[in-house]
Amino acid sequence: MFENLTNKFEEIFSSLKKAPSLDEAQVDEGLRKIRQALLEADVALPVAKELIKNIKPKAIGQEIIRSTTPGQMIIKVVFDEIVKILGDTNSEINLNAVPPVCLMLVGLQGSGKTTTAAKLAKYIEKNNKKKSLLVSLDVYRPAAQEQLNILGEKNSIQTLPIVKDQLPIDIAKRALNAASLSGVDTIIFDTAGRTQIDLSMMNEIKEIKSLTNPTETILVADSLTGQVAVNVAQEFKKAVDLSSIILTRVDGDGRGGAALSMKFATNTPIKFMGTGEKIEQFDVFYPDRIANRILGMGDVVSLVEKATQDLDEEKIKKTEESLKSGSFSMEDYLNQLRQMKKMGGMEGVLSMLPGVSKIKKQMDNANIDENIIKINEAIILSMTKEERLDPKIINGSRKKRISSGSGADTATINKLLKQFKMMTNMMKKMSKGGHKDGIPPDILNQLK
Amino acid sequence: MGIFDKFKLGLSKSSKNISSGLNDLIFKRKIDKNMLDELEDFLIQSDVGTESARELREKFANTKIDPKNSEKDKIFKIFSSYVCEILKPLEKNLENLNENKPNVILIAGVNGVGKTTTIGKLGKILGQNNKKIVFGAADTFRAAAVDQLEIWAKKINADIIKSEEGADPASVAYKSLEHAKNNNFDYLLIDTAGRLQNKKNLMDEFKKITKVIKKIDSHAPHETFLILDATTGQSAINQVEEFKKITPITGIIMTKLDGTAKGGILLAIGKKFKLPIVALGMGEKEDDLQKFNSEYFSDALMHS
Repeated sequence: MFENLTNKFEEIFSSLKKAPSLDEAQVDEGLRKIRQALLEADVALPVAKELIKNIKPKAIGQEIIRSTTPGQMIIKVVFDEIVKILGDTNSEINLNAVPPVCLMLVGLQGSGKTTTAAKLAKYIEKNNKKKSLLVSLDVYRPAAQEQLNILGEKNSIQTLPIVKDQLPIDIAKRALNAASLSGVDTIIFDTAGRTQIDLSMMNEIKEIKSLTNPTETILVADSLTGQVAVNVAQEFKKAVDLSSIILTRVDGDGRGGAALSMKFATNTPIKFMGTGEKIEQFDVFYPDRIANRILGMGDVVSLVEKATQDLDEEKIKKTEESLKSGSFSMEDYLNQLRQMKKMGGMEGVLSMLPGVSKIKKQMDNANIDENIIKINEAIILSMTKEERLDPKIINGSRKKRISSGSGADTATINKLLKQFKMMTNMMKKMSKGGHKDGIPPDILNQLK
Repeated sequence: MGIFDKFKLGLSKSSKNISSGLNDLIFKRKIDKNMLDELEDFLIQSDVGTESARELREKFANTKIDPKNSEKDKIFKIFSSYVCEILKPLEKNLENLNENKPNVILIAGVNGVGKTTTIGKLGKILGQNNKKIVFGAADTFRAAAVDQLEIWAKKINADIIKSEEGADPASVAYKSLEHAKNNNFDYLLIDTAGRLQNKKNLMDEFKKITKVIKKIDSHAPHETFLILDATTGQSAINQVEEFKKITPITGIIMTKLDGTAKGGILLAIGKKFKLPIVALGMGEKEDDLQKFNSEYFSDALMHS
């Protein structure tokens, strides 16, 4: 998801790593490139400048020069700074009030407020065991209220019936009454999209806020946002004192700089992120993990957590052993494919592994989609045990048999074999790269 | 208020914030390295992108400015004219679209950029002089997207062809072209669901829409307009790149220029892809879609 930024950093640091030690000129060059990478990643200029300013004194001098791997030192320094700006604590959603607890979503047009409202309701239902009432206060965009109510219906979330020609403030009052009568725990108010310079519209949300007294006033912001992110976040903060931010479209190819910009400019915690069009594609935002991902060091913690929920411990242990002994087979690959399916597909897994953003990009370019997992599964299932353990023996006639068994053509089978080879090579490389004990512990952790 | 005044008003509103900064840097400084740095920063903050900003900077550095000779005017002229040079050839006028009947216009873009709203506004413009307009509601994914388009259809007196939610968008597109052809409509505007350009299955779905309508008219869609959001950062470049791979883009429309975003990315896109630019969205009202004028846009981007 943030692979572009990650690639940039990888590029920069791989050139720095080549140098035996870093002098000031090298640091300047490195930081200049970091600045550019940040800007290309849509990090707002003042934020990028601040980051560079803080990094420079730490990067120049003994700390780096003494270190045996200067590139790693810089990564560490940059990482710490990004974490510092993103905020290094994970914040829960605040539902501490006498019910009905009100939550209000605000933001620019098209940032994804309505979809987020439904996702948030579902999330609260699942994780906080609270029922929500969804209320649209968007009387401006045609059919906006209908959109929220349809989403509510589809996902069994209560919605407030639509009354035509009612003003937002009156809808809010009606919602408060309805909620206390029906006994729902939370009300999620979806407001109309507005530009932060539209004074009358900004006054409207101020009024709604003072009426509903929400525990959370949440800015819903598109992760693809450019330089304007700072101004948007600041103005909304000024008007309605934001308590949190939800980042949407993190599944896009956005470079994620807006997250850094908004957090920096407003010091408002980013609590959640939308990662797809489906209602359950909604995750907690962990600043340190995102910083990790930005730097290409892998979202180790996040993957571990996700994996423990989904994975069959035994299979993992087996894969781990295969990895250690270097006998990673098609059978293990099949297990992995199946686990991937559970963990949100290739994309989900690959984006969290360290150093694989380049490979992921290649895979993207090769048009790998989620169907491939299914096809690959079928191909491997059509192999004999012998073939699975030692794919090298798969010759033309064996391929024909596998092809008729799996329904995949020879080209697809070849592709899978090539992928498998690439993967084993990658693992060999990872296990060599300076780690005498075999696999770096980070990588193993991800599979637990 | 004339169309250009309105256009200018919208842009000047959105450029107000940053322009005061430009004013400062031009009045208070000589053109030295610091000023060039500030200029580059100014461009970057308009989302022009680092590459284009650097190029502009270099062009500017090579230009000799007489300090006594109204610096501000000169600087503005150079900026604007450079930007304009790039964008001028890309102006595309809606009045000069091919005279097909029906002229099929397919609308594309990522989620939340304002496709449906833009279709409503486009319909209003194209429907002048008693032209018959029909909308094809091929966004069958987003809840109530069809209702939204239907309200627009009523507002501007257009016809609409729709299907139930979850229907195959390509079949809706097909049906609407059939309807447009049989009933002698002048324009068919097809709304599509928002899709992130890195989602292969959704991009394939889009491809399918373009293929299916060709079965009725091999030249359709006659136009494919890509809608870009002015608040989007550098990702907009990827959006153009990926949509272009699926089907030829014959025009770009940039929306949401009524905020503080200046849409500088349009300059980078213009330079890189040389795609025609059709119109700019300046607000939520029916008449807030303005035809693209490179002079005014360049002026607003650079002007105080």
